Amino acid sequence: MSLQPETFKSLVKVAAEQVIASAPELTTLDQAIGDGDHGTNMKRGFEAVLGKLDAISAQPLNEALKMIGKTLVMTVGGASGPLYGSFFLAAGEALSHDRHLPDDLADVFGSGVNAVSARGRSQAGEKTMLDVLVPVLETLRTGAGQPDLIARVRATAAEAVERTAPMQATKGRASFLGPRSVGHVDPGARSSCVLVQAVCASLEGQP
Amino acid sequence: MTDTVGIVIVSHSKDIAKGTADMVRQMVGSEVKVAFCGGNPDGGLGTSVSLIIDAINDAWSAKGVAILVDLGGAETNSEMAVEMLEPARRDLVVVCNAPIVEGAVMAATEAAGGSSLAQVKAVAEELSAD
Repeated sequence: MSLQPETFKSLVKVAAEQVIASAPELTTLDQAIGDGDHGTNMKRGFEAVLGKLDAISAQPLNEALKMIGKTLVMTVGGASGPLYGSFFLAAGEALSHDRHLPDDLADVFGSGVNAVSARGRSQAGEKTMLDVLVPVLETLRTGAGQPDLIARVRATAAEAVERTAPMQATKGRASFLGPRSVGHVDPGARSSCVLVQAVCASLEGQP
Repeated sequence: MTDTVGIVIVSHSKDIAKGTADMVRQMVGSEVKVAFCGGNPDGGLGTSVSLIIDAINDAWSAKGVAILVDLGGAETNSEMAVEMLEPARRDLVVVCNAPIVEGAVMAATEAAGGSSLAQVKAVAEELSAD
């Protein structure tokens, strides 16, 4: 799982395209329990990332991740901008401090997850993107070095997003709905799953 | 004049932000700097970190700036905007946990009397006290 510049570029491209393609689904999910803008917001943010893809992939990996983060912060226009933005800013920052891929992947991903948690003042179990990111982090930790790590991560993300449906939201816009948020997959968890799965697919060479 | 705390109003809707700023100016006068923004980077409903940063700088005062927000994304984007300010300014900006219209009016009224940033925030947040 080495990360050459061309691999990184195509990985970002695939991930951005998958998020953009999932925008209608994210919007439908968000209309059920949020304010209906998650799809368009994520699409705007990742279109901006695609627009800067050459500049981003010309940077060293730590700076590239920070550039993605800053782009999302400045263009998404909803809470998901600072949330996803903080993930990439913190991951890039972790790589700037003597962390290296692939050995420190779980650590670097964990820095991103911690930043999301801090930004949203939220924990796993509150029906948010953390309900995908935290299980994925756990799999990255427990499965480190295993030959089937990518497949495990994909499976973790797919299962985790479905587990958000029966949860009652206590953070974010969906918390206003109280018990009525039960029964719907969380849109932020879904977009996190899309991103994680797109990265996995790209690394497996089958986008 | 930079001897009163500045007020920034951040709504998902530019109309709400502007209307709130109009009310503040009418009720408190022009001695307090009031800036507002609303709308996502495409101009639709939402908030924009870069517009919030601009508004903070427009309302800048040596005594600091208090931000009033409407819903979740406005708060998250405002906190992000504060972190992206130059380091010397970060500690002088606060996001108030208060209703946007009443909070802005109360904060500006308190600011007009020359109160500190902490006092302005506390008065706005009294509105949220249980």
